[in-house]
Order: sequence, then structure tokens, then C-alpha cells
Amino acid sequence: MITATPPAEAGSATARRRFPALHAVLAVLAVVALSVASLFIGVSDVSPAALLSDSDDGTAGRILLISRIPRTLAILLTGMAVGVAGLILQLMARNKFVEPSTVGTVESAMLGILVVTVLVPAAPLLAKMGVAAVFAVAGTALFLLVLRRIPLRNTLIVPLVGIMLGGIIGAVTTFCAYRFDLLQSLNSWMIGDFSGVIAGRYEFLWLVGALTAAGYFAADRFTVAGMGSEFTTNLGLNYRAVMSLGLVIVSLISAVVVVTVGAVPFLGLVVPNLVSILIGDNVRRSVPWVALLGAGLVLLCDVLGRLIRFPYEIPVGTVLSVVGAAGFLYLLLRSRRRVA
Amino acid sequence: MSPDALPPALASRRRRPVRSLSPRTWILVLSLATAALIVTFMTIGLSGNLGYVLPLRATKVASMLLVAYAVGISTVLFQTVTGNRILTPSIMGFDALYILLQTFLAFTIGTQALLTMGAGTRFIMEVVLMVGFSWLLYRWLFIGGGKSLHLVLLIGIIFGTLFRGISSLLQRLIDPSEFVVLQDLFFASFNNVEASLLGVAALAILAASAAGWRIRNRFDVLSLGRETSLSLGVDHKGTVTQVLVICSVLVAVSTALVGPITFFGLLVASLAYQLSAVFRHAYVLPIAVLLGAIALLGGQLILERVFGFDTALSIVIEFVGGIVFIALLLKGSIK
Repeated sequence: MITATPPAEAGSATARRRFPALHAVLAVLAVVALSVASLFIGVSDVSPAALLSDSDDGTAGRILLISRIPRTLAILLTGMAVGVAGLILQLMARNKFVEPSTVGTVESAMLGILVVTVLVPAAPLLAKMGVAAVFAVAGTALFLLVLRRIPLRNTLIVPLVGIMLGGIIGAVTTFCAYRFDLLQSLNSWMIGDFSGVIAGRYEFLWLVGALTAAGYFAADRFTVAGMGSEFTTNLGLNYRAVMSLGLVIVSLISAVVVVTVGAVPFLGLVVPNLVSILIGDNVRRSVPWVALLGAGLVLLCDVLGRLIRFPYEIPVGTVLSVVGAAGFLYLLLRSRRRVA
Repeated sequence: MSPDALPPALASRRRRPVRSLSPRTWILVLSLATAALIVTFMTIGLSGNLGYVLPLRATKVASMLLVAYAVGISTVLFQTVTGNRILTPSIMGFDALYILLQTFLAFTIGTQALLTMGAGTRFIMEVVLMVGFSWLLYRWLFIGGGKSLHLVLLIGIIFGTLFRGISSLLQRLIDPSEFVVLQDLFFASFNNVEASLLGVAALAILAASAAGWRIRNRFDVLSLGRETSLSLGVDHKGTVTQVLVICSVLVAVSTALVGPITFFGLLVASLAYQLSAVFRHAYVLPIAVLLGAIALLGGQLILERVFGFDTALSIVIEFVGGIVFIALLLKGSIK
């Protein structure tokens, strides 16, 4: 089987360049600075001055604890996790142009939430997440199955199949939502939005943080699993177990993120590719970078969304869908130039 | 150059027919089936004020026939000039553009103003904008040459995503009661077609058809590919440009008329290739149009009479069409 080498793997000079530690320090500082900025941007006045002034009755502090800090944490966790989920999926599918929101994982999770909402409207959040995760696993597994049956594993045909599969699942979801008059609530899962995040409504995202860590420790196994069942077995790994682990990590991350904040499109696609261009494809090395840049990008988009139409907010998912679609187009056209 | 004088290379491009019927027989059979469906559609369960019911049904039938014609012709021609059996104009982001336009108008002038501004004005505005966009996109993608089919498809789909991203932002800012009005515009429906629009749409389609008729003899040559058609003396670039403009007009008209139906063309064209034993536009084009008419009339009849649904036809088509698309990919029809 001939598999076209994804363009960013085609080891160019830039891909081999090693990033000095200085860059890591700078990147961390940038994310910290953005996080701090994120804490102090908003309609109510929460500023260091307000927090320290004598006239303050503690309102600013409470807003900080109940709203701003949870929101910033949620953004960081989501950004890290969705970036890493994209990377893992790319390793498993051995294709640089896929991510959970372009292969049907996110759409399946939405269908799951919709089914629960229609059948058991009073179901607790945890149950909704569980059902969403089960649907997400099924959808992702379906994609990987279809992928294995494609005769010609062209670099570009893989994301195409994924997008179409997501489209079919999305059509079913839209149909149900339309019949049950849930189209507008469906819309709120379709677009990631952190404006509703307050203390008590984001804590499940810590689970996503744990999954990201698990993804880090298992990262190189996914690379091996991407090479196929025989290759993996030859290296003494249990192919099924590794693939299942990856499926569960990617699907759970997608499900939890969709249920708590909504879909965060293209993040898992653009960030791993960016990291691959910057520091290359050593997975162990790239996972922390993917997490860092993922968190930074979501933070930046969220802060932008809060500032563009201040005091109104533009959901981060919308900002990301525009930024991400543009990024994806860039990657596609860039790869064409390099292949040609 | 008449189709009969085509080089042997084309005549040998036979596809395995589904049944041994000749293409001419298929056209006859399908025409009869379409006529029967039209009669059924007009007469089934007829009661009440005939002066009101009959024109209403006639409008529906006419709009379905127009859409079947526009989608069938534009898809087959588009596939001929792009040299593939899987790309269709609608997959290239048309539906998303339509939704973006509707949302943008609703957002800027309000749904009330949108609905009262006059169907004709809205229609012309939409058609002009969509033709403009598609023309730019196709030109950039196809005239430049050398771009892979997969890349073109992905770019089209990503454009669609970008449009949807902007639409959803605007939808967020619209209040819920406006959104309810707006969402009705998102789904292709043959129930709310304005009779006055039909005339405008028919005129646009007629103009595009006339332009197509003038160059009809080049279609079969084009399907042999760029090199062969050049050596056979066809002005390839010029003809492709003309065909793409015709496609833009046809797709824009059908989308503006009833809303987005992304996979309809793919379904109809794939079936038409299967049925016509010889790939020749004189056969494939009418077969595609007739199949489209049968699918729309029959589908609408079943949904209305058997299931009592109103607007679900387009979603059913999307679902089936998406599966056909993946099946085509799996079969390796796209290389």
C-alpha cells in the first residue's frame, strides 16, 4: 500500500529546525500573559486596582473566583485537550488533515446529546456526557473502518471522507432537531462558547485535562498503531488495545468539550500542523507544544471575541471557525505548492 | 460536428448498462413515468376549491421540474468539464453561501423586511451574488489547471465551512423569534415557492439553455479530456468557461428558488451514467433531468401522502446522497 506522505512530514529545513528553550519560555510567558489578560477583561470591573481598593465590598473578588478564573481555566483545558485529541487522531488515521470535528466525532457527540435530550430531557449532565461519548466512539470507529476500506489512501481523500461522514451524521442530527424544535439549542452545541462558564459548570473539563495527560504518555504508541495492525503486533504492542485507547481518549475529549462549551472547530487540525512545521514530528516532543499552542490559540480567540464587539461577546467557536478555515485553506494550498 | 461523427474512441467508451434497455428506450420509459407522476401529483386527493388548489399544485410541479432540469443539466455538464464523476457545483459551497446570504439579509434588514421586499428583488439579488461567487471560484480552481480534484473538493468544502461560520455568528446575534422565520428559509421546500419567481427562474434557465444549445456539439468532445479536445480542434478554455457560466446560472437559480439541496445532483448524475449505455450527452442529459423529476415528484408525493411531512425532502436527499458519495469514494470512482 502506498501512502502519500503528508506534506508537513516531508522533512524540510524548517521542520528539522530545533526550537531552543528560549522559545518555550517565551511561549509559556505569552500564554500566562494572555491568561492574566483574560482574567481582567469583561463587563464588570475586575482589575487589580478594584481588587485592592478599600471601597471594594468583595464583589470584584467574587466575580474573579466565580466567573473569571473558571472561564480562563476552562479555556486552557479545552485548548490543550482539543489540540492533543487532534494530534492523536492524526496519528491513528496517519493523515495530517483530520481532526475530531472533520471526521464525524463531534457530530456524533452532538447526535448523542440530542438523543438524550429528546428521550430523557431530565437526564443529568453526566449521563448526557456518557451518551455523547458512546456516540462519539461509534462515529470515530465508523470513520476509521471506512478509512481502512478506501482503495486509494490519498492524503486528501481521507479528510474528504471524514467531512462527508460528518455531514451525513449532521444531516440526521439536523433532521431530528428540526422535527423536535431544538434547532436553536443545537446551534449552541455547534459553536464553542465560554460565556456560560462559571464555577460549578466547567469542572468536567478537568477530566479532559487528565485525558490529555494520558494522551501524552501513550503518544508514541499511537504513531505505531497508525502504521497498521501487523506492524504494531510485530513491535509487541496490542493493536486493538492501543486503537481503543486512542478512540476513547479522542471521543471522551470531544464529548465532554461539546457538552460543556460546544464544538471548537479546526483547533485540532491547525495546531498540530503548526507544531509539526515548527519543531517537527517527534511526538513526545510535540505533545507539550500542541497543548501549549492549543491553549494559547483558544485564549487569544476568546479574548478577541470579547473585545471585537465590547461589551457584547462573539463566541470563540465562531472566531475559531473563521481563523481555522483560513488556516486549513492555507495548509491545503501550501502542501500543494510543496508537493508540486 | 454531429454526435454520430464522433471518433471511435468515444463510441468505445461504453459503460456497463444496468439493464439491456437502450438509452432511447430509457428516455421514453422515464418520460412516461414523469408524466404519470405529474398527473398523480395534480389529481390525488383532489377536493375543495379547485380554483385555489390546482394553481398551487401546478406551481409546485413547475418548480420541481425547473429544479430537476437545472440540477440535472448543471451537474452533468460540470462533471464533463471538470473530468470527474463526483464533483458537483453544490458540493463546492453553494448551499452555505445561500444560507450566509439569507442570514446576512435577515441580520441587516430584518426578516420582516426580507419577506416583504418583494420576491423578485430578493431572487435577482441572490442569483447575481451566487453567480458572481461561483464564477470566481470555478475560474480560480479550474482555469488555472493542474490542481488535483481532491484539493478542489476540499477547498470548496472549506469555503462552505467558512460561510457557515460567519452565518452562525450572525444567527447568534438575531433574536429567537426572528430566527424561527429565518430557519424556514434554510431548508429546500417546494411549498413556499412564489409563483412570480417561477417566471424569472424559467427565463434565466431558458437563457442558459440557449447558450448551452449553441455549443451542444462540443460536450461529448470535452468529456474526452483537455488534450484530446484540443487536438480535435475545440477551443477548450473558451468552451469550459462558457459551460461554467451556464452551470453557475443554473445552480444559482435552483438554489435561490427552493434552497440548498447539496447531493441531489450527485445522485441524479450517478444514476444517469448507469442507465445510459453509451456516454453521450444527448442521452445522459435528458435521462438525468427525467430522473431528477421522478425523484422530486415521487419523493414529495410519498413524503406528503404517506408520511405527512412538509419540508423534509431535502434532508432525506442529503442523507441518501451523502451515503452515495462515500460509496463512490470507496468504489474508487474518484481518482
